[in-house]
Amino acid sequence: MKRKDLKVSVKNLLEETYDVCVVGAGHAGCEAALACARLGMETIIFTVSIDSIAMMPCNPNIGGTSKGHLVREVDALGGEMGKNIDRTFIQSKMLNKSKGPAVHSLRAQADKAEYSSRMRQTLQETEHLTIRQAEVSEIVTDEENRITGVKTVSGALYHCKAAVLCTGTYLRARCLTGEMITHTGPNGLQAANHLTESLLAHGIEMYRFKTGTPARIDKRSIDFSKMEEQFGDETVVPFSFTTDPKEVQKEQVSCWLTYTNEKTHEIIRNNLDRSPIYAGIIEGTGPRYCPSIEDKVVRFADKDRHQIFIEPEGIHTNEMYIGGMSSSLPEDVQHQMYRTLPGLENAKIVRNAYAIEYDCINPKQLYPSLEFKKIPGLFSGGQFNGSSGYEEAACQGLIAGINAAMKILKRNYLILDRSEAYIGVLIDDLVTKGNKEPYRMMTSRAEYRLLLRQDNADLRLTKKGYEVGLISKERYDWVCRKEAMISKEIERVNGVKVGANQEVQALMEQYGSIPLNTGTFLCELIRRPELDYDKLAPIDPEREALPEEVAQQVNIRIKYDGYIRRQVKQVEHFKKLEKKKLPQDFDYHEISGLRIEAVQKLNELQPLSIGQASRISGVTPADVSVILVYLEQLKYLNPDLFYQLQGDSASKGGEREEK
Amino acid sequence: MKSDTIAAIATAMTASGIGIVRISGEESFAVIDRIYRSPSGKKLSGEESHTIHYGFIYDGDEPIDEVMVLLMKAPHSYTKEDSVEIDCHGGVYVMKRILETVVKYGARPAEPGEFTKRAFLNGRIDLAQAESVIDLIQAKNEFALKASLNQLKGAASREIKQIREKILYEIAYIESALDDPEHISLDGYGEHLSGIMEETGTEIQKLLDSADNGRMLKEGINTVILGKPNAGKSSLLNLLVGEDRAIVTDIAGTTRDILEEQIQLNGISLNIIDTAGIRNTSDVVEQIGVEKAKEYAKNADLIIYVIDASTPLDENDFAIMDLLQEKQAVVLLNKSDLEEKTTEEEVGKYLYQKILSVSARENTGMEELENTIREMFFQGEILLNDEVYLTNVRHKNSLQEALDSIHLVLQSIQNRMPEDFYSIDLMNAYEVLGAIIGESVEDDLVNEIFQKFCMGK
Repeated sequence: MKRKDLKVSVKNLLEETYDVCVVGAGHAGCEAALACARLGMETIIFTVSIDSIAMMPCNPNIGGTSKGHLVREVDALGGEMGKNIDRTFIQSKMLNKSKGPAVHSLRAQADKAEYSSRMRQTLQETEHLTIRQAEVSEIVTDEENRITGVKTVSGALYHCKAAVLCTGTYLRARCLTGEMITHTGPNGLQAANHLTESLLAHGIEMYRFKTGTPARIDKRSIDFSKMEEQFGDETVVPFSFTTDPKEVQKEQVSCWLTYTNEKTHEIIRNNLDRSPIYAGIIEGTGPRYCPSIEDKVVRFADKDRHQIFIEPEGIHTNEMYIGGMSSSLPEDVQHQMYRTLPGLENAKIVRNAYAIEYDCINPKQLYPSLEFKKIPGLFSGGQFNGSSGYEEAACQGLIAGINAAMKILKRNYLILDRSEAYIGVLIDDLVTKGNKEPYRMMTSRAEYRLLLRQDNADLRLTKKGYEVGLISKERYDWVCRKEAMISKEIERVNGVKVGANQEVQALMEQYGSIPLNTGTFLCELIRRPELDYDKLAPIDPEREALPEEVAQQVNIRIKYDGYIRRQVKQVEHFKKLEKKKLPQDFDYHEISGLRIEAVQKLNELQPLSIGQASRISGVTPADVSVILVYLEQLKYLNPDLFYQLQGDSASKGGEREEK
Repeated sequence: MKSDTIAAIATAMTASGIGIVRISGEESFAVIDRIYRSPSGKKLSGEESHTIHYGFIYDGDEPIDEVMVLLMKAPHSYTKEDSVEIDCHGGVYVMKRILETVVKYGARPAEPGEFTKRAFLNGRIDLAQAESVIDLIQAKNEFALKASLNQLKGAASREIKQIREKILYEIAYIESALDDPEHISLDGYGEHLSGIMEETGTEIQKLLDSADNGRMLKEGINTVILGKPNAGKSSLLNLLVGEDRAIVTDIAGTTRDILEEQIQLNGISLNIIDTAGIRNTSDVVEQIGVEKAKEYAKNADLIIYVIDASTPLDENDFAIMDLLQEKQAVVLLNKSDLEEKTTEEEVGKYLYQKILSVSARENTGMEELENTIREMFFQGEILLNDEVYLTNVRHKNSLQEALDSIHLVLQSIQNRMPEDFYSIDLMNAYEVLGAIIGESVEDDLVNEIFQKFCMGK
């Protein structure tokens, strides 16, 4: 009798069925859920607080060097971040404009509340998407360790065919301000304390990372006359390729620049013993690229001042973000420290700076599709994967979401390689090299960065977004037309000769360029540093009017032709190795001649291709040669496996499931 | 990036009658056209496959050698690629010179085992041979890597390290500024970098010059002479070298430091290192010598172990035998002219290596020793000697590429290219220099950026 009662009570717990469960509604979770729902998957997204959807708990901006590239790539693939910031920004700047086009990067200050609210609205209006406020505490798998659902703290069970974990900094989160420690997520929100245990029970290796954020200060308490004003660009360039540039020309809000000084540093040094990091209370690994102010003062002791940017958090708030001064020093020290800065003498802190520790995974457990190697159907993205930054999170969420859908639809995974996108570089770095600290994108990580520009993200990726099903036919057709116009114009310009006539010499003189001795080609003149495609229009009478974005591409491709060619050649070589696929769940002991270290590393990582194998630290070129020879042997020893591999099956959704 | 056409010396690097330099890859014919001159002025790229042509190899206007050139068009060659064989006069210098010329005009030095690897990957070799291909690649690579490090003289290696550090710092500076333009400025940087590049170029040029006159590399098989004190090691060295270099006395423990000599043994070059005798000693100076000897033994390509046959084996001998396990070694029973206390049979119980009876004092058994060493290295799977020479060519090639990259940086500065273009060529220089000292790039740059430059946010 008693048993029967128990069964009844279990049945009474809530059970629902979806195609995809997305855990977390930050920048990764939102992209993942939107991608799945837009691809027709019945999707549910969980968050511990509906009010924190797409929240920006740290800096109030989107983009920046290399991160701006990521946002554009997300946009070209059909993601939401670019569109969202174009409608909610309050200042915008193209960084590095004086440098080469590869490192131009867009950065916009966001109205945080607006950003979050518009994203929430987009989620709410998306078909096939359900939003649920609940803490997910368990993942549920079948006897073959495939994902079958997730459970919430309340005991509710949500069946699904795939799940995407985007838990950000919430897992067993702990915030520290000096001696004060609270077990909360960012901004004092509720932490998620149960899921880690379930993941550990499923054999997932966890890391503990740390990051931090500076104080927010009341605008009314700041004396801006002592600071340098930082304006936005006169002409704003939108992030999204779908945004009409006219729509983003609007009044902008300024940021402000001030500096720390010897007094600031002295206060910090005198109180280092009360910093949880230096007192040894913090166990997580923090990012070196985003050091707290106490770190900067200690590690760069010879610098007598550090730049501090004061940035508005929105239009309808008084809070100002103190960029460059994140800290985990105690509250009273923070009060003294911030007030040493010119303009902040009477500053009132609205929110204290704090450091936050959280659980994340060793991302080497993932395939480049962002699916767990050991748990088919489970995907993950964002800070949970050991990255840092809104943009890094968004792009992983998008890829994880798309691939969860591709798995269910039994279609090819979307895997971008290092020569195709910053997203490819980021994911490859995470899943191949692993990381010992929160991973941030940098242009120097992209070896083919001259090809992976923010200005050509649409040309690189729209086709892939279209094939996946997130980009409309109309948008794809336009990119094809654009590419055709660019090629045609380059071909024409390469044939245009310029004589050393008076008109030409006058133009040369106008731009301080050396006059011509003899006739030359127009493309040669475009390559001169002081000239470009647009400036030479007067001496190019055959030129037809072209859209600005076409002219820009023509200019870049002609101007940097030599360098671009070199990188294209390198990419060809790179692609050859990427195309050589390796077997999965393979024991590398079977290959005689590999060094022991290589066998261990290869067995652990199970690389998808020779290319990926070659990037594992501890695998030498000689090892790669040995694997190549082995692959060739397979042709005779196990032709079925050989031809299956070369048929690219390792990247096909659902393939591993059928095995 | 260099083309994927490879070149190597296909015959043993000895003073034999004929030497062969082999080229394989798409640009083989283009390369040979650039360096070959026929009496009739014909170009070889227009000739039939499987024909042989008489003519001369030129480096620019400088004639190198009178040769026969054999042409093989794909797929009818060992590697199934377009291939060219240059039959030249034998002799180490000529072969090296021709290989260097081939590399200068568009090929790159082959990786260890690369011809065989290509032959296999292109389906030229059947499955049965595959296993040995793997072994060959691995063994050759291991040797090449070791050779590459062992041969590089300490000073050259330090110099390259310093140049790399300097280059890395500059890349990190540029990259930090690109990453955080609001904190780090590049105003006037081009001029600053120009000066550093001029300096770096000069330093690399110096290294290149020293590579030419042999000051950078020790060429030869690293050979270590081991034996307990007074076994006759130094006498043996003197015999091989032909001059009284080591101090020979009959007081045990005379050789306290490590002596190094380069000798030619019927065309094989050996770097011979004579060591202090190995025995338990309390003499500090000598102790250092013993430790060093053990260290050298570990890294040696060949060990010559000298046993004093006139005394019985003792604990010192057994300590040395331990060092010999899995090593290429020759065991010499010296003092065969005296009464024999230790026999060949007895030593054979402990060691599997070849044992010879010699007398350094009477100068007997030397010819046999030479023949044995020759056999070990020329009939084995691996022609170690060739790898040694190839390493030299590879190093030179890398230095030249680094120098070219530095010049490209200077050119970019002069052409007022944006700063991010500098780091492309700087990185290339950093990488190729790293290949010489066996260091890869990994996360060097990111680490340098974080370590040296204070990033914002």
